[in-house]
Amino acid sequence: MASRLTTVTVRLFGRYRDLSADSTLDVDVPSRATVADLVAALHAMDLDVPLPDRPVVAVNHQPAPDGQALAADDEIALIPPVAGG
Amino acid sequence: MNSDVAGLRAEPIDAASLAASVGPDCGAVVTFEGRVRNVNEGRRVIRLHYDAYEKMADRIFADILRRTREAFPVTAIRVLHRTGTLAVGETAVVVAVAAGHREEAFAAARFVIEAVKAELPVWKREEYEDGSSRWLGGTETTGERSAGEGNGAA
Repeated sequence: MASRLTTVTVRLFGRYRDLSADSTLDVDVPSRATVADLVAALHAMDLDVPLPDRPVVAVNHQPAPDGQALAADDEIALIPPVAGG
Repeated sequence: MNSDVAGLRAEPIDAASLAASVGPDCGAVVTFEGRVRNVNEGRRVIRLHYDAYEKMADRIFADILRRTREAFPVTAIRVLHRTGTLAVGETAVVVAVAAGHREEAFAAARFVIEAVKAELPVWKREEYEDGSSRWLGGTETTGERSAGEGNGAA
């Protein structure tokens, strides 16, 4: 069953900034995608920086569970392990 | 009155003036200052670069302040974290907590710095004497620790 694709823009921080020149990544995901769909699409992209099996994805500045649906106006970010202090 | 302050700063942080800003109604002020170390895991560090997700950091800071207030009877909380490029010896993070007595001031300051290190969406890249650099490991935001404490607040 083919499903239509939509593109989401993912903001990148820390080590993930090295994945693109402008620190964002456009990712094609199925329409009505969840966080888990986005992570699966990222893993399929053969990125230059290794991703953990379950990277933290923030939606609107909060870590989001796998099942959370992505909306068109969400701010989506890929969060590496934090290292402040 | 809740006059707590928490945030990211692109300019140098003065720990003494931050500690002095808590007001005269506190018997105890505990200040913690984390600085950039010149050695990490046996390599000579010349500077650190801090990256941050500011909008998420604002949310996390507010949550840390709220939880600290719930857990400890403190009078004032100040916590500032640097962003940008820092030389060895520069101040990376300052926590100042005021309370009526030392016990709660020490406990709350410890709570704040541990929460900052475990949760704040801040990342650091170390640059070394030999010209190389690397992003440090750190902590998953779920609270699970991974390899390496790294440089900065010890």
